[in-house]
Amino acid sequence: MSRKTLIPIGPYHPLQEEPELFKLYCDGEIVRDIKWETGYNHRGIEKLSESKSYDQVFFLVERICGICSTSHPFAFANAVEEIVGVEITDRSKYIRSVIGELERIHSHLLWVGLAGHFLGYNTVFMWAWKYREPILDLFEMITGNRNSYAMFKVGGVRRDIEKSKIPAIRKEMGVIRKKLDLLTGAVMDDPVIHARTKGVGILTRQDVIDYAAVGPTARASGVDIDVRRDDPYAAYPLVNWKVITAEAGDVFAKAEVRLLEMYESASIIEQCLDALEKLEEGNIALKINEIPAGIGTGRAEAPRGEVFHFVVSDGSNSPARHKIRAPSYTNIATFKKSCIGQTIADATISLAAVDPCYCCTERMAAAYDNSSGEKILNANELIEISMKRTNEIRKSEAGHE
Amino acid sequence: MGFKDYCFRKSLWVFHFGGASCNNCDIEILDCLTPRHDLERFGILLVGSIRHADVLLVNGSINRRDKDRLLELYRQAPKPILVVAIGACGCTGGIFAEGNTFAGPVDKIIPVDAYIPGCPPKPEAIISGIVKLAGKK
Repeated sequence: MSRKTLIPIGPYHPLQEEPELFKLYCDGEIVRDIKWETGYNHRGIEKLSESKSYDQVFFLVERICGICSTSHPFAFANAVEEIVGVEITDRSKYIRSVIGELERIHSHLLWVGLAGHFLGYNTVFMWAWKYREPILDLFEMITGNRNSYAMFKVGGVRRDIEKSKIPAIRKEMGVIRKKLDLLTGAVMDDPVIHARTKGVGILTRQDVIDYAAVGPTARASGVDIDVRRDDPYAAYPLVNWKVITAEAGDVFAKAEVRLLEMYESASIIEQCLDALEKLEEGNIALKINEIPAGIGTGRAEAPRGEVFHFVVSDGSNSPARHKIRAPSYTNIATFKKSCIGQTIADATISLAAVDPCYCCTERMAAAYDNSSGEKILNANELIEISMKRTNEIRKSEAGHE
Repeated sequence: MGFKDYCFRKSLWVFHFGGASCNNCDIEILDCLTPRHDLERFGILLVGSIRHADVLLVNGSINRRDKDRLLELYRQAPKPILVVAIGACGCTGGIFAEGNTFAGPVDKIIPVDAYIPGCPPKPEAIISGIVKLAGKK
């Protein structure tokens, strides 16, 4: 067996905006195995959620992830509305979809920028982030904050999109299309980007199915899934749009899917604005006094894939159990397929290609020492302790005999 | 002009420590470097190693796993160093302060020179905070 070199990336690495640790086991330049460690970002959200009222949980789940900060409230709202058994008003459906799609545009632009940065193509990074700013300005105009919008509540939305604001949004959609044309042209026609991304980090259709990958990661490998179409919610069944897929499964295909999805998002937003102009202002939220006991599941298509929320209500003011599954949870596992056999330089962009979001993904299996409250034991350490104890017992038993 | 003033007179180099955050502050910090705000025109630059840094930006609530690493980074940092806590979580723990893995706000772990509140603070607020800090010293 040849010797393998361990190359750690992280946990606080300038390349990553979030803390996570990758261990690349390399044979020369080739990555032979990859392991990753998370937990630097764990905040105990599911447990916190049980101590908050339904209205407060929206603010909490919004802060699971700052980039896709609408998708979690979206899924949670779907789950709670399933428990209550209400259908929200058309106007609030359209407003929800507008916010969701604006978020998709800003998140995909952010990814394109970061991907450019990982490739050493900082021009793309600067461009994409410059084009992202007007979208954040729209958010500020509609919701009052650039990120974490606090727009959702059980039974509707908190703020209306007034008719006076619609022309500004519509104008910006026209502008963003032109900018996207420029950006897409620059990315799709650049020979260097082709050389760096085509045939790199390939996920086959079977890999995607085996690892249950979701979102653009799955769609870039020809798996045609999208919660917005498969399990319709909000205004998505009321507007015309199509699911973008690609066949190649490499990094280039993932970029292509995301770039083209932004055009679809712009088109969805425009159709929603048309509908909002026809509907009366106001009537954006139903009055819901009580959440009955029951079980609800909610799904939403985040920019990275399917977000799943499972809520158990016991009829009280706060959820009895709140289970969250974020898209990166399954997408990150595909690294085992996409990175192995690549060079280190290509592994970086393969890691970035699924748009991993670790703050969504944090799960923890650990034990604390009750007396000091400091020591953290992970699964391996627990097994070690158990083995040690067995050995001790074995020895003492042998002593008795 | 004291020694500390002398140290922070010119370009501030920044090391970014993202604790257990929701990513919002992280992307707003990156946003400061992109064309709209462009902090680099003041010579403010994100660096890859704490050993090159004049400023340690800390954002996010600090959980038990991050705590030791933050202490270690602070120990490794060349002194004097300015520590800036960014966002509601960095300042107080914010919405995650009641969490079971929370290990205290930043100022309970290392000394903090400036607080920039907000969830997330706007890039303008971050720039204003850094400028005030640089002016104060």
